Amino acid sequence: MSLEKSDVEKIAHLARLSLSEDDIPVYAENLSNILQLVEQMDQVNTDDVTPMAHPLDAVQRLRADEVTEANQREKFQSIAPQVENGLYLVPKVIE
Amino acid sequence: MEWEVVIGLEIHAQLATNSKIFSGASTAYGAEPNTQACEVDLALPGVLPVLNKEVVKMATKFGLATGSTVAQRSVFARKNYFYPDLPKGYQISQFELPIVHNGKLEIVLDDGATKTIGITRAHLEEDAGKSLHEDFHGMTGIDLNRAGTPLLEIVSEPDIRSAKEAVAYMKKIHSLVQYLEICDGNMQEGSFRCDVNVSVRPKGQKEFGTRTETKNLNSFRFVEKAIHHEVQRQIEIIENGGEIIQQTRLYNPDTDETRSMRSKEEANDYRYFPDPDLLPVMIEESFIEQVKSEMPELPDEKKQRFMSDFGLKAYDADVLTASRELANYFEATVAAVAGEAKLCANWVQGEVIGALNREGMEISQAQVSPALLAGLIKRIQDNTVSQKIAKQVFEAMWNGEGDADAVIESKGLKQVTDIGLIEQVIDEIIANNPGQLEQYRSGKDKLFGFFVGQVMKQTQGKANPAQVNELLRKKLSS
Repeated sequence: MSLEKSDVEKIAHLARLSLSEDDIPVYAENLSNILQLVEQMDQVNTDDVTPMAHPLDAVQRLRADEVTEANQREKFQSIAPQVENGLYLVPKVIE
Repeated sequence: MEWEVVIGLEIHAQLATNSKIFSGASTAYGAEPNTQACEVDLALPGVLPVLNKEVVKMATKFGLATGSTVAQRSVFARKNYFYPDLPKGYQISQFELPIVHNGKLEIVLDDGATKTIGITRAHLEEDAGKSLHEDFHGMTGIDLNRAGTPLLEIVSEPDIRSAKEAVAYMKKIHSLVQYLEICDGNMQEGSFRCDVNVSVRPKGQKEFGTRTETKNLNSFRFVEKAIHHEVQRQIEIIENGGEIIQQTRLYNPDTDETRSMRSKEEANDYRYFPDPDLLPVMIEESFIEQVKSEMPELPDEKKQRFMSDFGLKAYDADVLTASRELANYFEATVAAVAGEAKLCANWVQGEVIGALNREGMEISQAQVSPALLAGLIKRIQDNTVSQKIAKQVFEAMWNGEGDADAVIESKGLKQVTDIGLIEQVIDEIIANNPGQLEQYRSGKDKLFGFFVGQVMKQTQGKANPAQVNELLRKKLSS
């Protein structure tokens, strides 16, 4: 499978990445190569193989339901670009 | 043309944990903005989510209560989208392997018939923060206290066929999660909310029509109204030769309309993939057994027990088991009276629920405790007061005027059971109303009620009605 220019633009938009026009063909080729590799792997019969959810063969640890975090708002907000009344301010978003 | 409505519900129940699903920050409602948002919730670099054990337990409880399969292995996935109240750029959710799947729930319809609604799945995920669009110099304010609050998203099969069924199903889930003590059910605070998928198709057609999703409904009434509106809108479009577009809509309760939302993001591509920060969650059989042993009595079991132990009708048992608190109130009353379950049921359903509705209160705020109510019911039982006078006593108790005995004493409401006294009143009334007496004796039976009314009036309602009836009948026919 090979990706078109429009596919690359869509993927970049979903990931909120800005690409220069010149780079798009390169990305299209690189991403297409990755997909070709996946296609190659698709040839293998994996009917009896459970899909791997994680490269480590381990089980999720669980923590007790306890509040362990104290309020550190001042500290966190000291590195935020803009805050007001305890809120983080971001460029206006509205639907 | 006759249309069939097809509905599926996605209910978001906020799980009642102390700390968040992946961090140790508090989930308490109403705190100052961002005072309960730690590094993990803020998505600072280098943090690692660690799953809260209680969340797994709560999902398991829900699975057991709905006859679902609790997955031995479930996986968290990243749902990718950009919005400032989701600082990671993805929501941790479950996609291919949810923790709970393939369950069912029985609902009772208005005509008493039952219907089983399938539960496709229930998966765990984190809530997002809140965006405040008020005036911050043209900017948006972000509060991340809610970010990372655990949610159980409960997805139904498209088995629902009317707004009424949808509300019955939603109420049943609402009651169930509170019975299980996994969600506080507070709809105003957003702890329990619902997205509704609606489509229509000509009656008899097998294929589903194109559906729309109406988001974030936080009251039973809004769900009902939003469905009515959406069904009407879809039928009108189709009957005018149009086509339904699959889209997300928002319900506006002020105008009672739904409108399209995020039309540009319709082709939303969430690019789910397993979250590499989290390992698969494995649930051992022993864990499930442990949870099973801690399960409370469920609403349907309680209802059956109320019917068999107390001889209640299905409808009454249904009302009284609607919430765990109400059921407890009723049972405490019966225990304190030591019997008279039907009478207790009538009083709880009539006066207690009536007073709560009148004052907009919850059962936990009832001004008359089960012990106080039991005291009154005992006085009805031993004929100290009639049912009618008892209502007066109840009002006084509700207003804090003391227990039943104190109110009866201070207001002089004790029932007159002295036969001699009642006979005296009856004789007087018969003597004063010769006209009515003659008419009665010549066959106008209805006048019996007139005489009863006079006696009750004369005794200020305190005469024992059964005795009055008996004595009057005797006197009038002699």
